[in-house]
Amino acid sequence: MAVLLLAEVTDGALAVDATAKAVTAAAALGEVTVLCAGASAKAAADEAAKIEGVAKVLCAEDAALSHRLAEPTAALIVSLAGDYSHIVAPGTTDAKNIIPRVAALLDVMVISEVTGVVDADTFERPIYAGNAIQTVKSGDATKVMTIRTAGFDAAGMDGSASVETIGAAADPALSEWVEDKVAESDRPELTSAGVVVSGGRGVGSEEDFALIEKLADKLGAAVGASRAAVDSGYAPNDWQVGQTGKVVAPDLYVAVGISGAIQHLAGMKDSKIIVAINKDEEAPIFQVADFGLVADLFDAVPELTEKL
Amino acid sequence: MKVIVPVKRVIDYNVKVRVKADGTGVDLANVKMSMNPFDEIAVEEAIRLREAGKVEEVVAVSIGVKQAQETLRTALAMGADRAILVVAADDVHTDIEPLAVAKILAGIVKEENPDLVICGKQAIDNDMNATGQMLSALLGWSQATFASEVNLDGDSAIVTREVDGGLQTIKVKTPTIISVDLRLNEPRYASLPNIMKAKKKPLDEKTPADYGVDVTPRLTVVSTSEPATRQAGIIVGSVDELVEKLKEAGAV
Ligand SMILES: Cc1cc2nc3c(=O)[nH]c(=O)nc-3n(C[C@H](O)[C@H](O)[C@H](O)COP(=O)(O)OP(=O)(O)OC[C@H]3O[C@@H](n4cnc5c(N)ncnc54)[C@H](O)[C@@H]3O)c2cc1C
Ligand SMILES: Cc1cc2nc3c(=O)[nH]c(=O)nc-3n(C[C@H](O)[C@H](O)[C@H](O)COP(=O)(O)OP(=O)(O)OC[C@H]3O[C@@H](n4cnc5c(N)ncnc54)[C@H](O)[C@@H]3O)c2cc1C
Repeated sequence: MAVLLLAEVTDGALAVDATAKAVTAAAALGEVTVLCAGASAKAAADEAAKIEGVAKVLCAEDAALSHRLAEPTAALIVSLAGDYSHIVAPGTTDAKNIIPRVAALLDVMVISEVTGVVDADTFERPIYAGNAIQTVKSGDATKVMTIRTAGFDAAGMDGSASVETIGAAADPALSEWVEDKVAESDRPELTSAGVVVSGGRGVGSEEDFALIEKLADKLGAAVGASRAAVDSGYAPNDWQVGQTGKVVAPDLYVAVGISGAIQHLAGMKDSKIIVAINKDEEAPIFQVADFGLVADLFDAVPELTEKL
Repeated sequence: MKVIVPVKRVIDYNVKVRVKADGTGVDLANVKMSMNPFDEIAVEEAIRLREAGKVEEVVAVSIGVKQAQETLRTALAMGADRAILVVAADDVHTDIEPLAVAKILAGIVKEENPDLVICGKQAIDNDMNATGQMLSALLGWSQATFASEVNLDGDSAIVTREVDGGLQTIKVKTPTIISVDLRLNEPRYASLPNIMKAKKKPLDEKTPADYGVDVTPRLTVVSTSEPATRQAGIIVGSVDELVEKLKEAGAV
């Protein structure tokens, strides 16, 4: 069994945490070859070579591969696919864009957001916002899947795989990049942070979201949000936690002014310790919280920030 | 310009899902079914494009059980012009995989020649997030997934996408597939007169065989189980007690 793993590379940099977690899942399937693709990918490839469990790294550098556009990246993977039994990637938005395209080009089904590897053909994945776990067995020649990284520990960084340079496939030239709007932040990345503090509609405004951010900074945490908070413009889209946002499983998750709709729970209920602060004692978030505090967030959050 | 909007009939997002005791799947008997919320956003976007004069015709398509015609009537009541139902299963518990759905949609695209397919980014039942990308691959078209803003511009579309790092804007050649995210628009409710009118709009019925597609699944469901439930926690009386508990648990 041989696995081709698409590393998460953004503007030349490797997302180590997401990639190393996917390597843990992939190592159970066979020998892992990591593919780093981008306009520049050499530094990312050298970094990926250190991930334990990686046998080899392929480095493809080409202008067409910049900005993670789906069509040229999928074409590259398909050109390599013949050598592998499994094609996997961490379940990031980039991979979710690319991997189903790869699957269809190979005429196989995609298996999205795998949370468990039973054997080389059989996988667990959540359905219905995590309200059920399905075990599926694939009959396809090549198994093409994304890995829900929150379900796996990151592989260590003591490896030393070889790096091989390869060429890009022909670019179908169907799309071009225009711009990225990325908020620069010194905070940890949401999906890999050890602590996450999230605010919901209860926070009430973009200005008051500063309360959430202050608590987060005190805890060295990433900031998250409910869909309602994002839709209302209190927080940017990339902070959304949930079924259709990011899935997180930190050691500590603090939910402030969030009611606990199933779509939100789908993104955080595997956190180790959950704290909920909500003024409504009936809020469903308390059903999953280890520690609940029934209080007005405008009193409780500043007090908590001060006392921690 | 013609737009095709695939709409899926799924369990209503407010319904608490129950896994069947024998582990064969999720209980869908007598539960409320609705249009996948992302697909409402897709229909809304298509109708707005028609209202803006950029599109002449909006065709809604659903693939599934016969009852999916209710979902198509909803799309027609919102403003779609006509509908195609591909009856591919006779039991609600038989879901059709995205690869098969994409193949059927590709067959429809070849007959209808649309310039644009607007679909949801993910169906809230199986959460695969795959159909649009697969359709795009089968047609050899460009793709613009997770759209939060769409602007048509001659023979291309400029689409802003919600991605992990924030927002990405790309320019894709048409014909193209766009999959929509939550913040693209707020879908309208169908008015009563429009619901009445929708009953008279054309709805064609087809089968997968009409498009030469074999819907035999590639994945076999081995079992379906309940997720692990969390232990009930405690309610603390004050911020001080919360801090104390967090320290005891080694969380801070
Ligand atoms: C297709 C679909 C996908 C979705 N995907 C997601 C997703 O990925 N993530 C997500 O989060 N949601 C998602 N949702 C939305 C979800 O259903 C809920 O609407 C949303 O999570 C609610 O956000 P909220 O808890 O912030 O708001 P609300 O439900 O309005 O809750 C606000 C809470 O704040 C409390 N509160 C108010 N004021 C105070 C105060 N001063 N002090 C303390 N507490 C206060 C209230 O008691 C209340 O419990 C999705 C919905 C659909 C249909
Ligand atoms: C109870 C149950 C039983 C199952 N049984 C089996 C089984 O026996 N064998 C098996 O292999 N799999 C089975 N499955 C799994 C299922 O076939 C796939 O996992 C599922 O199709 C995943 O796709 P999705 O709907 O999440 O698509 P997504 O790719 O998430 O959908 C994205 C978008 O594509 C469009 N779209 C998707 N489907 C349709 C449609 N039907 N009509 C129109 N537009 C559509 C919509 O615009 C939608 O927003 C079962 C699932 C359940 C819940």
